[in-house]
Amino acid sequence: MAADTSTSSRTKVEAGLARRRRREHLFRAGGMAATMVGVLFLIVFFWTLLAQGSSAFVQTFVDLDIEFSADLLAPDGELDTAYADFDGIARAALRKKFPEVSGRNDRRALNRLISVGAGYQIREAIESNPDLLGRSQVMTLPVAANVDMLMKGNIDRSLPEDQRPLSDQQVAWIDALLADDSISTRFNRALFSNGDSREPELAGIRGALMGSFYMLVITIALSFPLGAAAAIYLEEFAPKNRWADLIEVNINNLAAVPSIVFGLLGLAVFINWMAIPRSAPLVGGLVLSLLTLPVIIIAARAAIKAVPPSIREAALALGASRMQVVFHHVLPLAMPGMLTGTIIGMSRALGESAPLLMIGMVAFIVDVPASFSDPATALPVQIYLWADSPERAFAERTSAAIIVLLGFLLIMNLSAVIMRRKVERQW
Amino acid sequence: MQNLRPINEYRRMRDPAGSNSTRESPVMLSSSLDSQEEVSIEEEVENSDAASATLGNVRCDNPYIVAENIDVFYGDNHAIQDVTLEIAKNQVVALIGPSGCGKSTFLRCLNRMNDSIDSARVTGTITLDGENIHSKSLDPVALRARVGMVFQKPNPFPKSIYDNVAYGPRIHGLANDRAELDNIVHTSLERAGLLKEVKNRLDDPGTGLSGGQQQRLCIARTIAVDPEVILMDEPCSALDPIATAKIEDLMDELSENYAIVIVTHSMQQAARVSRRVAYFHLGKLIEVDETDKIFTNPSHKLTEDYVTGRIG
Ligand SMILES: Nc1ncnc2c1ncn2[C@@H]1O[C@H](COP(=O)(O)OP(=O)(O)O)[C@@H](O)[C@H]1O
Ligand SMILES: [Mg+2]
Repeated sequence: MAADTSTSSRTKVEAGLARRRRREHLFRAGGMAATMVGVLFLIVFFWTLLAQGSSAFVQTFVDLDIEFSADLLAPDGELDTAYADFDGIARAALRKKFPEVSGRNDRRALNRLISVGAGYQIREAIESNPDLLGRSQVMTLPVAANVDMLMKGNIDRSLPEDQRPLSDQQVAWIDALLADDSISTRFNRALFSNGDSREPELAGIRGALMGSFYMLVITIALSFPLGAAAAIYLEEFAPKNRWADLIEVNINNLAAVPSIVFGLLGLAVFINWMAIPRSAPLVGGLVLSLLTLPVIIIAARAAIKAVPPSIREAALALGASRMQVVFHHVLPLAMPGMLTGTIIGMSRALGESAPLLMIGMVAFIVDVPASFSDPATALPVQIYLWADSPERAFAERTSAAIIVLLGFLLIMNLSAVIMRRKVERQW
Repeated sequence: MQNLRPINEYRRMRDPAGSNSTRESPVMLSSSLDSQEEVSIEEEVENSDAASATLGNVRCDNPYIVAENIDVFYGDNHAIQDVTLEIAKNQVVALIGPSGCGKSTFLRCLNRMNDSIDSARVTGTITLDGENIHSKSLDPVALRARVGMVFQKPNPFPKSIYDNVAYGPRIHGLANDRAELDNIVHTSLERAGLLKEVKNRLDDPGTGLSGGQQQRLCIARTIAVDPEVILMDEPCSALDPIATAKIEDLMDELSENYAIVIVTHSMQQAARVSRRVAYFHLGKLIEVDETDKIFTNPSHKLTEDYVTGRIG
């Protein structure tokens, strides 16, 4: 009898095996397909980004023999860098390459090949070395954005002349410069050292980067201690009653509130009521703190909860006070988890733009902010602003800025993963 | 009735590893209670009011801890009901009883560990060396420095072996300098019988030791604070026989200086290590008596059923 039932059970099990295996295969195939789709999107995303943005990391320059002519720069015998015509000597150097160019319009068209940045660079050179006055030196100067675009192949030569920003004549001059090797591409330092600019070839992300940096400093300085303190209090000290539940629900809700609402709150409270200046990283940081605080509290509470209660009991039984239990045992074990949560909150803050629009951080700001109260934008807002510009040269800078932003996010999330690994190894 | 075994048999019932160190007891009691007595016991249970319910002798000479009419509630759950028990120094008292009868709860009253459970409420008075442990003037921190506790599951801190043992002395400021602290750590490990095994790796994590070593590390950590009482909640339940034997020997030694209260599910262990045994049942303290008496001639039917293995 017993043998009978066991054989019949076995046949039943075996009868179902094929179906179970088929289902398993199907499920696996489905999962793999889902992963592939995700990876495909990711590849397309990164590929387009890199294809469009990588060219912004290099920039076209022209080598010109600059004469720091005393007649032009210091007509009164005294060099006044605020008024001297540095653009003029850059243009003169270029005209020397094309002596045949005459006539107002042609000369203007030629002048338009060099960037206004060339003048700034010449001024800096002579400011750092006044002995240059009266001598001449070969300098590598930035060209105008359109020349750069032509060099990078972003302007189609085959288009009719009236449909491209460079005339046939200008293209011929560029080709002539190219032929005698005086045009070259180099790493685009301006992208990382300049603030925003109307001229694409001079526009950089430093202003936005510093704005984001100042904001994140405020955000981390506020939201980590506050979030950690709140989480410790709620987990370790607060009585577990209906109030605690209410607070918990509210914190979870706050974490899900659309970020633009925090921007409106910041506008009402920090700018209108507390009268902190608009567009300042200070306000941005405060708003982003509000935004990340719930995220950090939730992550920190989870990290504290994950500390085994037996550790707390062991310390309590040895006569540790509750604060000693927290600071000697719970926090060291929860800290990597708390920091992971904080970094995730910070990377969310770094990528936020909506709340910043509400508090006036969306302005065109040329100067790189040097303090928490200087007007500033943030990296995602800069991306938004550039994406809005019509020039082709801003399109590649938009992509470049996105690449930089993603790079920072990647670094932050990577460090979060490493920290999580660490906490997993703890016990 | 006839199931009652001589106490020596309980003692010998230790695992094979421990059998060679079994201590002989001169007590050899025949153990037949007549049926007349049995009826009277059951009547007593039904008629008794709570205070007089405990049979045997809850009092002892020179009591160090006196728990008087203790009730513990977890919310509405009346987990300990009117328990009175005296514990003297230099002896081991074993708390036995079926799971959920409140042994741990009672034990945790003695160092106020129940304070950290929100729903728990303790009434009654407990005095330690004549001092009420619930009085405002006695900080639970100070109390726990005097009443140490070892838990069921070894719970070393995820720190080095040295730091595990040094933690208590550090927070209580027991050592004036590093040398003194080293000394405390070494003697504590020595007394816990662990020094030989860990001498050369004091900086290794305590969590890397074996289960039995971890439990002895926890005991070393407890005695490093130099307490007067040690509470042990099933300290050997997660250990193999060899580790258990080591810890039992350790308890024997420690009982010379400390009052030890141990919760155990092992009759044999209770018989081997304790001087007195308290039997709990459903939150009530049914019977307290000399160990030999409990195992050879218990006064209460429930005690007898439990020690003979009919309930538990
Ligand atoms: N932290 C707690 N919260 C609520 N009830 C508890 C708690 N700890 C124990 N109890 C209850 O108290 C009773 C006694 O438990 P316990 O003292 O742990 O028993 P034992 O240690 O004898 O097995 C049980 O009914 C148990 O459910
Ligand atoms: Mg228990």
